[in-house]
Formats: sequence, structure tokens, C-alpha cells
Amino acid sequence: MASDKVKDVSDADFESVIGSDTPCLVDFWAPWCGPCKAIGPVVEALADEYDGKVNIVKMNVDDNPATPGKFGIRAIPTLILFKSGEKVDQVTGAVGKAQLVDLIEKAL
Amino acid sequence: MAKTHYKLIILGGGPAGLTAGLYAARARMDHLFIEKGAEGGQILLTDWVDNYPGFPEGISGFDLAEKMTAHAKRFDLNSMFGNVVSMDLSEPIKRLELEDGSSLSCNTLIICTGARPRPLGIPGEKELTGKGVSYCATCDAPFYRNMHVAVVGGGNTAVQEAAHLTKFADKVTLIHRRDELRATKILQENAFDNPKIDFIWNSNATKIQGTEGVEELHLRNNDGEESILKVDGVFVLIGVLPNNDMLPLDILKADDGGFIPTDLETRTAVAGVYAAGDIRSKEVRQIINAAGEGATAVLAAENYLINLS
Repeated sequence: MASDKVKDVSDADFESVIGSDTPCLVDFWAPWCGPCKAIGPVVEALADEYDGKVNIVKMNVDDNPATPGKFGIRAIPTLILFKSGEKVDQVTGAVGKAQLVDLIEKAL
Repeated sequence: MAKTHYKLIILGGGPAGLTAGLYAARARMDHLFIEKGAEGGQILLTDWVDNYPGFPEGISGFDLAEKMTAHAKRFDLNSMFGNVVSMDLSEPIKRLELEDGSSLSCNTLIICTGARPRPLGIPGEKELTGKGVSYCATCDAPFYRNMHVAVVGGGNTAVQEAAHLTKFADKVTLIHRRDELRATKILQENAFDNPKIDFIWNSNATKIQGTEGVEELHLRNNDGEESILKVDGVFVLIGVLPNNDMLPLDILKADDGGFIPTDLETRTAVAGVYAAGDIRSKEVRQIINAAGEGATAVLAAENYLINLS
């Protein structure tokens, strides 16, 4: 299953996950969010394609209020790209695969 | 080699495409259903659906999308995940090009690519999208707990979602360019009765300002007077734009808005090509007529295929 590649992160382990040497894309989502569901298959496909090169994870904003607050997230889905613990760029909304590839490539 | 030709391709998985998929699969037609994200389309953006028959208590947009998907899949819907970027409809065999470089062909095509929220097109809107500017109240309302938000619009979506926002926000200000709402009566009554909603009439949004997030919405009323509303968020709910980037608009004789005209049987200007749901040129965009058009399109395509052979 591709979805196994998109691991959940929490407020507790967030810093250690984005701080790793591998660039990291975090998908901020919630179970009640339709567009988050819509973008899910795209994120899963990208996790397969970039396996080993980019660590693609997801964070449930309902269960983890601290991290979304820290990054000023006011809309979901928001996907933020991190490199060596620093934010590179972000996109908001159920964007297409091409736009997410553009985002990810900024860290490679 | 994987199969690349189908008698029927259904493009897009909102209510029109899912209903077309249900009818095509149940009729055991040689079909392929293509969706680029998750099935459901714009109903995934809808908090609550109160007017779809068969659900007397109402149903959430999310749940209705899941039920429609499950229903189509019960009949062995042949679905794939893919993004069609262009197509050639000039020959009897229609060709679709996908983002991954592959192509597909079909004898009949049902276009159900739908529509997306229309932006205001004012300064600050793009820069602050995701930082206080939103097109989906259902998605983002919980981020505005105890805050003040503006809703721009006066149709069904704007008025219904303004009410949804009051579950979280302290205050919701609805900004409308006319002096009365276009929304259906029952939604208007609910909004007028809601103490958390106030209204600014005869006004247009001109600019959205803020550094880290939205701080101000600038307005101009119909007399030319300018004002500034201090808000934490702006929900833009002013109608839709067609998802037509992949469509050959000239040969489909698209209308001025980019929507696709059809006859009553959903037949477009191109033989064997049908349009159903919000992408169709029409006055009323509801889940119920999208679903109806999806069914009509499959039956029309079936007739076309019978006459071919």
C-alpha cells in the first residue's frame, strides 16, 4: 500500500522529523476536510515516486494544534516543504500533481 | 499492454461523473472513469446537503460523496486516477492525453470536469490565500474560533456557509454587492435570524491587506464610499469558474464563460461527446441536476454507440 509511505507526525515528534537530512513535505489535513481527501491520492503517489529522496508525512491538525498554530496555518490542505528543519515553501488547497512536484523540486 | 481504448470514457468524478459511472457500470458498458483526486467534486466543499432527495434528515457533503462513490463501485466501476491535460475530438475516435505522458482513446466521452470557486481578483487575495483568504468554509472554519470573518457573496453557497462559520467564529459579516440576497428563502431566513451574522449591502471588496495573515478587508459601496473592515479571515464565495483547461473550447463551441453548451440529451456540438454537471452551460447548478445529467449522458452515449454498430 502506497499510503503506508505517508506516515503520521505529531506535535511531539515534528521537530525531529523535519530536522532530518532528508527534505520533508508535511501535509496538514483533517478528517472533515473534503479537499484534503481529494489531494490524498496525489500525495500518496508522490510519496512512492520520491521514496528515499523526500520524506512525505501528514499531520492531523485536529489532534496536533501546536504545529499548525506555529506556522500560521489557516486553511487545509496546506503542504509545507522543509529542508534541514527550515521551511522552504508551501502551497494551500487541493492543487494538482504538477504544482506539488514544483514544490518538492525546490528542495532537491 | 494495458488497455487504452474504451467505448466510453467519463472524465471527472463529481455527482455528474459518479452518476454516469454508476449507469455505465450497471449497463455493463465498456467504460473507464477518470478522476484526478478523490471522488465527490465540489460536494466535498459543502458542509451540509439539505436538498438531495432520499436523505430526509440531510447529509454532509463528505458522506454524500462517499455514498455516491460506493454506489458506483458496487457495479464494478472501472476507475483510474489520472489527470487529462488535453484532448483531440476532431475524429470519431477521441483521444485524451494525460499528465504522465500516456494517452487513451474512446468512441464516446462524457465531460464532467465541473467547476471551481471563482476568485475575486483583487490585490492581496492571492498572496493571502491560505493565510486568511479561503474558498472553502467547510475546510477552514475551525481555524477561526472566536474570530471575526467576512464572507463575500450573496448566493446559496455564501449564505449557507456564513451560517456554518458561526459555529466557530464570533462574528460573520456578509458582504454583498446588491441590496438583497440571491440565496433561496430558507437560507436567507436562517441567516437573518442568526445573531452572529451581520450584513454590509451594496458593497464590493476592493483589497485584502495583512502581513502574516488577513487583517483588513477594504470595501467600496455603490456610492463610491470606501471603508475598511477589520477581519481575521475572508471567505470568497461568489460563484464558479469552469474546469476547462483540458477541453478544446472552439470545437465544443464553449459559451463566453467557458462552459459547454448541450442539447436536452447533454449532446455537445461534437458527435459522441456529452457534457454533464457544472461544466455544462446552464442556469442552475445543483447536485440533483448534475446527477440527472450524468444519467442522461450515458443513455445518450449508449444510443450513439448502437447507431455506430
